[in-house]
Amino acid sequence: MNDTNNSFQLDGEDLPFTPGQTIMQAAKAAGVYIPHLCWHPDFPAHGSCKLCTVKVNGRFGSSCTMEAQAGMTVENRTAELDDKRRTMLQMFFVEGNHFCPSCEKSGDCALQATAYELKMMSPHFDMFYPDRPVDASHPDILLDFNRCIMCSLCVTASREVDGKNVFAMGGRGILGRRIHINSESGRLADTDFALSDRAANICPVGVILKKRKGFAVPIGDRRYDKTPINEQVKEPTA
Amino acid sequence: MSDNHAIDTVLDRHRRDGTRLVQILREVQEQLGWLSPATLTRVAEGIGWPRAMVSGTASFYSFFHTRPRGKYCVLWSDNITDRMLGNAELMDAMCKKLWLEPGRVSEDGLVSVNTTSCTGMCDQGPAVLVNYRAIPQMTHGRLGEMVGLIREEKPVAEWPAEWFAVEDNIRRKDILLGNELKPGQALKAALERGPQAMLDEIKGGKLRGRGGAGFSTGLKWDACRNAAGHGPNPAHYVVCNADEGEPGTFKDRVLLTSYSSMVFEGMSIAALVVGAKKGLIYLRGEYRYMLEPLESALAARRAEKLLGRNILGSDFEFDIEIHLGAGAYICGEESALIESLEGKPGRPRIRPPFPVTCGYLDQPTTVNNVETLAAACLIATHGGAWYAQHGTEKSAGTKLLSVSGDCERPGIYEYPYGVSVRQVLDDCGATDSQAVQISGPSGICVAAEEFGRRIAFEDLPTAGAFMIFDDTRDMFEVARNFAHFFAHESCGFCTPCRVGTTLVKNMMDKISRGHGSPYDINELFKLHRLMQGASHCGLGNSACNPVFDTLNKFRPAYERRLQSLDYEPAFDLDAALSEARQMTGRDDAGAHLSNEAEV
Repeated sequence: MNDTNNSFQLDGEDLPFTPGQTIMQAAKAAGVYIPHLCWHPDFPAHGSCKLCTVKVNGRFGSSCTMEAQAGMTVENRTAELDDKRRTMLQMFFVEGNHFCPSCEKSGDCALQATAYELKMMSPHFDMFYPDRPVDASHPDILLDFNRCIMCSLCVTASREVDGKNVFAMGGRGILGRRIHINSESGRLADTDFALSDRAANICPVGVILKKRKGFAVPIGDRRYDKTPINEQVKEPTA
Repeated sequence: MSDNHAIDTVLDRHRRDGTRLVQILREVQEQLGWLSPATLTRVAEGIGWPRAMVSGTASFYSFFHTRPRGKYCVLWSDNITDRMLGNAELMDAMCKKLWLEPGRVSEDGLVSVNTTSCTGMCDQGPAVLVNYRAIPQMTHGRLGEMVGLIREEKPVAEWPAEWFAVEDNIRRKDILLGNELKPGQALKAALERGPQAMLDEIKGGKLRGRGGAGFSTGLKWDACRNAAGHGPNPAHYVVCNADEGEPGTFKDRVLLTSYSSMVFEGMSIAALVVGAKKGLIYLRGEYRYMLEPLESALAARRAEKLLGRNILGSDFEFDIEIHLGAGAYICGEESALIESLEGKPGRPRIRPPFPVTCGYLDQPTTVNNVETLAAACLIATHGGAWYAQHGTEKSAGTKLLSVSGDCERPGIYEYPYGVSVRQVLDDCGATDSQAVQISGPSGICVAAEEFGRRIAFEDLPTAGAFMIFDDTRDMFEVARNFAHFFAHESCGFCTPCRVGTTLVKNMMDKISRGHGSPYDINELFKLHRLMQGASHCGLGNSACNPVFDTLNKFRPAYERRLQSLDYEPAFDLDAALSEARQMTGRDDAGAHLSNEAEV
């Protein structure tokens, strides 16, 4: 079907690629879903969530950073890999404070949608219940860090598209790592962040929320309420 | 001098160059005590970086304080070897004398007491850092005096000088430590050989990296040499990895104290081969006390025409600068180290590209261990064929072992590769040993029946740590100490390591409290399988090794703690009352829920 020089095997199917593409990029172009959270087609791979971990010729690797090579054999939706992905999703749910029923991003949240897709039935581990204060200082935006998954998409968007550097990832480890705001007070109101920024529209979960818009689209009518995430590979992303 | 003036002076000294942010922050903090919000703003403006990036870097490193620190900051090294020497009891006594809780600054802002990861003094513990100055061999007597000096507010610089004396404790010398090279001798030999011939000798000597991974030094230098520099300032760089953060390792401390000339010379030889004019030493923050002596040694070499322009009368030009780390184990990983050298949080990069093509400032960079560079001097002088005669077929030369734990003579032992674990144990006076942790927490735990195994890349590869545990030690507690270490040191970038290391720590603590069950053991194995495959770098990949090894080799140490149930919840009613007990100052039997009621 394809020139074998420019294709590899993904879960037993031939997948074409353009030289220089990562496995993730090639899969997206072909409409094949590889679970992911921190990857976004418009930006360089961050490689932190590890949900897109695949097995390449028997070895684990991140599909968002590994270049596709002709003839490679890639495992994606195997029971082994989905099991690991489920555990990593559970890790996200216990390290933060995620209460989907009361979250205004419910139905539009990639974390929630991916957890449904991977049939995560419980957080499994003991919750960490971290203390992560919200920042409601900005007139138009609320930041609820309880749901942050450290994907850095807001950091990248603010730097690369908005040219503002409103956010930076700082600190270390489970207790320290968090988004830093570009002001001495640490408050979003004291930055030049604006509703129209790309960074205001990129959070895959429920951290960056537009005030007074939370329920403009009712729950039930939202993106992942209508179609599961694995069927939206070719849809434009936020 | 006002705060702003102090900050500006440091900024100017570093040419307001943001890539020097870690050095700027350290120097500012040394003068002002901590990094206040206003300080970070001024530094950010000075270097022209977004303030969020500056605070992001400041908050990454354990030794940077973005909250007031207290005039005296006492940090107890908390490696398992310090534990075995009684650091917990001493720290507890110190806190009682000072009316302090660990981790909190006293109400009057005078002092704080806390733990820190291994400070590289395992052969002379228990060790502390006071305002980031190393003091080994703590005793109850010394502790009492120290508390007195803190209360009197006597500056640390005026404390008894003998407290700060760090011994080398070299117990066995071989070709490296026993060499009689004069400064310049190896470099002269290398210059006479020329870059290509020198590289061929390194390859012929089969030199492999001493940091643990054992990558061929010749191939690394070759790849760096062949990579083109790019952009407006093309260059090649040599970086000496002196981060030595692996608990139980202290050989680089000794090399940099008493063999620094060889290390500098090894860097110069590397520079000659790869075509670098600049070298950087990344010295771990715990070794702050070495900075001035090393700077003096560099100045002396410049005066002797061994550094700078026209080295030894040739047209070879090279100089070395020292960067200090600030308390982050992850910076021992070469790409994280480079990030730190560039003023950023020490987060391992996505690889490829590798540092040999795209390293420091995106230029070709060779990052080599201290010991590797010192060994290069032997090859320059005596040739590769001579060097390869030592050691084994696949592991040429010798290895420095940092021996600590239960033995009569802890210290540095140099052996040709191939030496058996048993031989080392005999030489250092270890008796009734039940286990040796080779190469630190990320390495291998070797049980008594394996003491015939050999130190070599083909059997037991090691960065040098050799921690001995006799049969009175509890191997579960060893693994639990290491689990806490990894949870503290995970950079937090990738999910499996950031969350996994804490899950492992919590499970080990649960088992320690007597609430574990076979279920938890299975969970530990599951996390090991996940973290080993899916983590972003070696830290996460190896973080479960000590748990995995001890579970396989010392299972009874775990099983005697387990409840004979299938599952025990982590929630502990009695522990939940601890806050109430603390608030009411009670700890009597009536303030505890009895354990019988639970069973």
